[in-house]
Amino acid sequence: MAETVGVISTYQTDYRSQHPDVTFVEQAQQAAVGALHAGNMRPDDVDAVVFSLAPTNFMGVADADRWAIDYIFGAGKPMFRVHTGGATGGSAVHAAYSLVRAGTFRIVMVIGAERIAETPDAQAVLNTIFDLFYERDMPLSTNTSVALQASAYMQRHGITQEDLAQAVVRQRWNALRHPQAHLKGEITVGDVMASPMISYPLKLYDICPRSSGSAAMIVGNVEALDSFQSRPAFLNGIGSVTGTYWVGDRLSPTADIDYAEMSLTDFSGAACFRRADIKDPVKEIQVVELYDPYSLVGYVQLERLGFCPRGKAARLDSEGFWDLDGGQVAVNPSGGTLCSNPIAITGLARCIDAANQVMGTAGGIQVHGVRNALATAVGGISQFHNVTIFGEDHVPDREEV
Amino acid sequence: MSRATNPTDVIRSEVTLRYDYSVGEVAGTFLDGLRSKKILASKCSMSGLAYLPPRAYCERTFEKCDSWVEAGLEGTIEASTIVVRGFEGKRQPPVPIAFVRLDGVDSAIANYIDDVDCSDLEAAMQAIAPGRRVRVEFVGEPEGRITDFSFVLVD
Repeated sequence: MAETVGVISTYQTDYRSQHPDVTFVEQAQQAAVGALHAGNMRPDDVDAVVFSLAPTNFMGVADADRWAIDYIFGAGKPMFRVHTGGATGGSAVHAAYSLVRAGTFRIVMVIGAERIAETPDAQAVLNTIFDLFYERDMPLSTNTSVALQASAYMQRHGITQEDLAQAVVRQRWNALRHPQAHLKGEITVGDVMASPMISYPLKLYDICPRSSGSAAMIVGNVEALDSFQSRPAFLNGIGSVTGTYWVGDRLSPTADIDYAEMSLTDFSGAACFRRADIKDPVKEIQVVELYDPYSLVGYVQLERLGFCPRGKAARLDSEGFWDLDGGQVAVNPSGGTLCSNPIAITGLARCIDAANQVMGTAGGIQVHGVRNALATAVGGISQFHNVTIFGEDHVPDREEV
Repeated sequence: MSRATNPTDVIRSEVTLRYDYSVGEVAGTFLDGLRSKKILASKCSMSGLAYLPPRAYCERTFEKCDSWVEAGLEGTIEASTIVVRGFEGKRQPPVPIAFVRLDGVDSAIANYIDDVDCSDLEAAMQAIAPGRRVRVEFVGEPEGRITDFSFVLVD
């Protein structure tokens, strides 16, 4: 019999380029203290810690989870570091969920921090995630790899740069109501089009910022929820999948995975929906928090997750389908990853923003009547993808019943 | 505790790390091929798939790739971009790059595309759009590195 798992509390700092008032570990501590306070808990109430930490080359401190032990009250507890690139935060939530669900621990804290803007060499660090014999001599990075994806996707579906720009306009507008968001404001498609070209067709505004900040989520079993949270968000489904390292293996008629369409998402989405018993996502899910560091990447995931037909997500944006107010599904009320990308914890932030909607604690971006909210995370060059569904009612997954 | 802080209040650090990566048998064979101006793909007779970059094992059948085949020296662009903001140690931007599926091979490999006029980005992207044909061009004196070749558009 698997344990029921719910969210007890969450916390995230503001996301900004710099937080000169604290160091990396002090920043992590703010999240630990914040989540404990939000749950009326003490450090001793937490049985185990999952540390959400992506490539440490961004800050030049090897394995900074170790540096953080005391600051996050990890000493004396089992501690696990999780790292799946940009998907890290989502994977960390899945790890905590699995530890509680299995009955190994009663209460687990997921926590992490990011200080990516403390190096000017982030794109150089990201170049080292490419293959050193065959790829690294080219200017390949996350920016250029998504530009490559965009060339094939846009040609196939007749999507323009103006179409993609709508995601940025909608999400920076949403972010005006989200105090923690990094980039926000009332901008136009013209503003996006006028921003400097980075890697064709992606311009500066099509691309996420480099954000610093910290976040934490505490999850527990039914006994823990009885003690600490009367209105939890239940973790009703997870799905994650790993695809080939080779980008070029996804660009061929014989490919198992379609790079242009991020078809990896089909597998993580299906697994998550099966567990959470979601049959019609548009009708059953009210809020979606997507890992979308580029304007293209949110649209592609909406299509693959079954929220709309292939090639239609950007067109539906122009009809208000994804709006926070009056849309069919509120897509990235927080502004999403386009507005804040603290890489190590971005997947965790997506989960927090989704869970808060279910718990009714989303503040200025709260959507009314949220029964289910979905979060995603993407890592590497789309090698890792995960999906998480939070619900107001517990849904026993198929493996339990 | 209270102290005003500002973004310039930092300790600066610089880390230089050096590595010597063994190329191994598979990449070594590929790099030897470059030295004689050939692009060698590994092939699995069970799946019939030819891989670039080459692999020791076919990752579909989990059988060993049991032969080397010469990739065609022409191919089709599968994905492309013009890198406008480049970074240190690479070719100066704006510079076109692409994943190209060479004839006879079942996966695409990345490299620069030479001789594209990037003064008009829209026009340049049309010229290198997915589906366009390119051919491989080797440098005069290959040294056994991926930069020994690049792509040029086939008229």
